[in-house]
Amino acid sequence: MLGCPQVPVQTSIAFYLISRLKKAGITPVVAGNKAANTLLVVSDPDRHYLGEVMDLDRAVAMITEKKRDFDRCFVFIHNDAGVSYAATMGAISRAKLYALVYGEHFDEQVKKIDFPCTVIAAKAVHNPLPLKKAIDEVAPWAA
Amino acid sequence: MNYEILLRDATFKESRDFIRGNFKESIDVQPGFKIFDVYVIGLPPIAIGLDGDFVIFPYTKPCHGTFLLRVEDKDEAARLRLLKK
Repeated sequence: MLGCPQVPVQTSIAFYLISRLKKAGITPVVAGNKAANTLLVVSDPDRHYLGEVMDLDRAVAMITEKKRDFDRCFVFIHNDAGVSYAATMGAISRAKLYALVYGEHFDEQVKKIDFPCTVIAAKAVHNPLPLKKAIDEVAPWAA
Repeated sequence: MNYEILLRDATFKESRDFIRGNFKESIDVQPGFKIFDVYVIGLPPIAIGLDGDFVIFPYTKPCHGTFLLRVEDKDEAARLRLLKK
């Protein structure tokens, strides 16, 4: 579940996570707003990485209406709205929830997370490596 | 749907505090609660304000934070009031 694509690392980490999940035999589905989704779609024209991509609001509606659900959910968070979406997923979905928190003020967002989930956090804005390292330490594809 | 924006680019907490501090009547709902044709996003409990025939609720977008919207709808206000009982 993508957030606002304002912070550059989101797109790169999304592709990295998709790649690791696919190698582990897990089928990723991406949900984001139009801009976040389009960044991925344009970057992967031959769909080497991307599979299903859906609108964020549609994903929330389908899960709430119990028409669809997932085993794992990774929510990209760098602002207050991201925390709100993660809390919502925790309430409406049975998925194991991961909060991927990044950005200049990632620690402020981490403090707002008071619901059950695995928090993976790093100060990453332009350079995705700190967040990649934090994800590798948790290895959610192996859970 | 005609609406008035009471707060824009707010945090979720600012939105909840505004409703509780400015409206005598409110109900708490869980994330995913449907109001009009919107599934409400946020940290539970989510406060929904009621003011006569007006419904005040948070609407969150990934890039713009939370908007607090005020919408006049007699039927929706009545439906929400029933949930208080």
